[in-house]
Amino acid sequence: MNMIKTAALGTVMAVLTGTTAMAGGHACAITEGRLSIVGNEFPAIQSVAALAQECASGVENDSNLTADHQKINVAGMTGNPAEYTSAIIANSSIVALMNEDVIRPLDDLVAMYGADIPAHQLITIDGKVMAVAFMANAQHLVYRKDVLEQIGMDVPTSYEDVLAAAEKIRAMGIMENPVGGAYAAGWNLAEEFVNMYLGTGGEFFEAGTAKVSINNAQGVEALEMMKALTAYMNPDYLTHDSNATSAEWEAGNVALMNMWGSRTGVLMDDEGAAEVVYSNTMAGGPLTVGDSGAAASTLWWDGWTVAKNISDEDAAATFQALAHATSPALLNDETMSQAVWLMDGFDAQPVNEGVLATVAAGAAPYPMLPYIGLLHSALGDNLAEFLKGEESAEQALMDIEAAYTTAATEKGFL
Amino acid sequence: MSVATKRPASVLLFTNAFLIFWLILAAFPFVWTLWGSFKVEGDFFSKADWANAIFGKLTVAETGGNFTGDGYYGAWVQEEFWRAAINTFIVCFLVVTISLTCGTLGGYALSRSTHRYAFWFLFFALIFRAIPPITLVSGYLLPFYEWNLWGHLSTTIIVLVAINQPFTLWMLHSFFKNIPKDLDESAMVDGCNRFQAFRHVIIPVMWPGVITTGLFSFLLAYNDFAVTTMLLSKENQTMVPKLASFLGTTQTKGNVMFAVAAVVSITAPLFVMIMFFQRQIVSGLTAGAVKG
Amino acid sequence: MKHTTFAWFVLPSALLMLLFIALPIGSIVTQSLYSAHEQVLVTVENCGPFGCTQSTTVDQEATQALKAAEPLGKFAGLDIYKDRNHLAFAEVHEAWITSDGLPDFGAALMNLPFYDAMAFTLTYTFIVTPLTILLGFLIAVGVNAVATALKGPTIFLTLLPFIVTPLVGSLIIFWMVDARGILGAGLQWLADDPTLSLKASTGLMWAMLMVYGVWHSAPFAFVVFYAGLQTVNQDSLEAAMIDGANRFQRIIYVVIPHLYPLVTFVALIQLMDNFRVFEPIVSFTAQAHARSLSYAIFNDLGGETRLLSSAAATSMLTVVGVAILLSPVLVRTYRNFDKG
Repeated sequence: MNMIKTAALGTVMAVLTGTTAMAGGHACAITEGRLSIVGNEFPAIQSVAALAQECASGVENDSNLTADHQKINVAGMTGNPAEYTSAIIANSSIVALMNEDVIRPLDDLVAMYGADIPAHQLITIDGKVMAVAFMANAQHLVYRKDVLEQIGMDVPTSYEDVLAAAEKIRAMGIMENPVGGAYAAGWNLAEEFVNMYLGTGGEFFEAGTAKVSINNAQGVEALEMMKALTAYMNPDYLTHDSNATSAEWEAGNVALMNMWGSRTGVLMDDEGAAEVVYSNTMAGGPLTVGDSGAAASTLWWDGWTVAKNISDEDAAATFQALAHATSPALLNDETMSQAVWLMDGFDAQPVNEGVLATVAAGAAPYPMLPYIGLLHSALGDNLAEFLKGEESAEQALMDIEAAYTTAATEKGFL
Repeated sequence: MSVATKRPASVLLFTNAFLIFWLILAAFPFVWTLWGSFKVEGDFFSKADWANAIFGKLTVAETGGNFTGDGYYGAWVQEEFWRAAINTFIVCFLVVTISLTCGTLGGYALSRSTHRYAFWFLFFALIFRAIPPITLVSGYLLPFYEWNLWGHLSTTIIVLVAINQPFTLWMLHSFFKNIPKDLDESAMVDGCNRFQAFRHVIIPVMWPGVITTGLFSFLLAYNDFAVTTMLLSKENQTMVPKLASFLGTTQTKGNVMFAVAAVVSITAPLFVMIMFFQRQIVSGLTAGAVKG
Repeated sequence: MKHTTFAWFVLPSALLMLLFIALPIGSIVTQSLYSAHEQVLVTVENCGPFGCTQSTTVDQEATQALKAAEPLGKFAGLDIYKDRNHLAFAEVHEAWITSDGLPDFGAALMNLPFYDAMAFTLTYTFIVTPLTILLGFLIAVGVNAVATALKGPTIFLTLLPFIVTPLVGSLIIFWMVDARGILGAGLQWLADDPTLSLKASTGLMWAMLMVYGVWHSAPFAFVVFYAGLQTVNQDSLEAAMIDGANRFQRIIYVVIPHLYPLVTFVALIQLMDNFRVFEPIVSFTAQAHARSLSYAIFNDLGGETRLLSSAAATSMLTVVGVAILLSPVLVRTYRNFDKG
């Protein structure tokens, strides 16, 4: 049913966007300057970079889209003139560029060339536009409709519901490990804690300072909930990143999981899974934990920046090319399902419902703090011991605080 | 074969059984990969049942046949893996040539000098090798971008040569130690200078050691990931970083099979090469290649 | 050899190593002695697609002034080496005083990242190195006995673990040892335990990393030993046989002493490489169970905020560790050096 609806939508979209793309084509004629993009390599960013390069085809243009982009973007933008005129980043990684002072405020360029960019796409920090966002992402519940029907339960809205449903699925012998999650030690596991801790209503830092404060009742509550969930996960959960978790899902071993909105598309298509799995895969909203009522999820955006150490012509060329590449001109039936695009003219697909529900539930954006990356690393390194049952929640939180404090001292934040 | 190497049947049986066991252990993952590279991702990385990788249940369902060449088509045609193959060829050829040229000169001098500084030279070369390559590479980034050296094949070639120079020097030094000193010294008595003695007397007898060292230099350059992934731009990528880009952070469906097909493609030329040079390699090793 | 001749011969190598290794090491040492400037923080309002929030950011203008005054950063001396994420002197001292009994002290020590990484790194090094040498030797003896026509293919197959890109090699093996993979399922069948999973327990994960380590580097030892076996003096072997030595004795008294210098060479390289073990940890996503010094560096450099000084300090500690590990071999080389 859903497939037919999507297909019908797709045809309508193709007709519509065919005209938009033609209209957008005129807006873009760059004759001087230079464009060189560095960024991550997933399909949505590939599409943006390709359109920007097409727009700048009359001048020198290049793109380096790689999984290692965070390791090279600061070095590549530090020189004068910078190798890269633009870095595509997310709300977690823009702070590294701002800390090193390698990106420029865009206010003058927005005034000159960016009249069409809607205000909600502009990322302003202290009143200055520093980036232009083009897509959103978030984690939310993904569930198997058939399994929930089988156990006769509603779609869970809280982690407590998830635990109850998981217990029932296991008791009825439908699945041995019905819960999934990207709990691989390191970045993924830390992200799950960030979600869960925000869901308990916790605050990471003492207001206005870089002093960490997670060793509290909310911290313990978040950890206890994570541990309770792992009891229903595949015993290898500490090695499962989002790729491996998706593979578990497609194999039909999992019925409930907290997953990135950007990944639900491949779970719902007919490749790599049995019919009963993909046709019953549904995106739910964000989950809550305890009685705080806050969504245990974070909102993410991806956007582009312009380098500081480049000439004005290069900055203008880069801005125009990328502004065009993240305007409605980008949207066609191929790119439409690649992401939750922020530009006007985006039509939500069924796979995007989860992210939109998370935004609607008022989940907090991932904190854009200069020192959050250090805390994220410290979390990723120290949570596994608690989940393995080798130390207490308090001890794990104490270790995280100590590891963070050492790193933040070295970086001059404390 | 001399008397001493003749073996009684029981020993022969045991060594052969052990060797066959090892060969299975060594080759099994590769054979598995070769077979799986003609299946779809859902089969090759099946979480449901490993037997799918053999019988290809989803391959039949999704493509209609028992085997599919999609991985190879995607890697070579769609993603232009051949460009990376050409780059790899250039990098390997130059790395091996430059490494061996610098290494034989240096290794020879180190083996003939009895001064203490020669030991310290080797000592520091060894300490240099202890630095984890990721630290070195992240240190290169800033100056390379600043001086516009980043992204070029030539930069990567020089860096690979330099990073592998300690290993090359140690290996060739040990080897030259094994060539009697009388050879070049008598040439020098006959009126050659040091370089002439090296050219006319040492070069003709050094090939076995050079071939073995060259084999390692080649494999290091061929397989390097740490340096090539960080220092090469997209169009100059060699095969290994190109292959890594098929995997990426978010594995796009199908692309993983490009990587698997690429692994088989990377290994195939090595097979041809070893078959082709087998006589040289075996005889290179036979003539007394390395000596501590 | 004359000093000037020597200098000309080593010039190309020396120049390359100076430029691309010695200079970076110099900057790494410097980096490890400095920490970042004090960052001036201000509270600002951030707005984006999800609304506006109060947040903290670095005041670039104020920080610029500090940066201009001291371009290298704040001199920290050995503070970074001593902090909790490295040698953790203060924490070790405190654990020594407060812990009751050695096991308790050990547990406290293992809770510190550096010592935790050290424990795995050393175990890995001292188990994998001898096993690699042994396996490499046995394969070399085996291949040596193969008929000449089969030598080429045998050598190729033996080299496979060494030449298949570790990046994908370990990815495939990682899948094979999964509880649902062919090797994982095989192990469950062998152990008669359907819940056995290599990836779920720390001990099994360590074992798997080590088996992979031996498998991957045995071909290297093989190539070197195989070369050595070709030069074993046939006369001494025959003499030993006439003296009534059996096969085993001939290997022990003739072949092994002949190969001894090669064992030193392989041990040297393998100790160093194993001490820097890194790739399998990442490919097997084993960081929950095993962390090495090189992994710690990777982690420092790969985070969203890069810890350059911390990575530099860990790199220097790795170099010191390697130097200590290799010192017996180096001392021997030093003593033998004059003998030519």
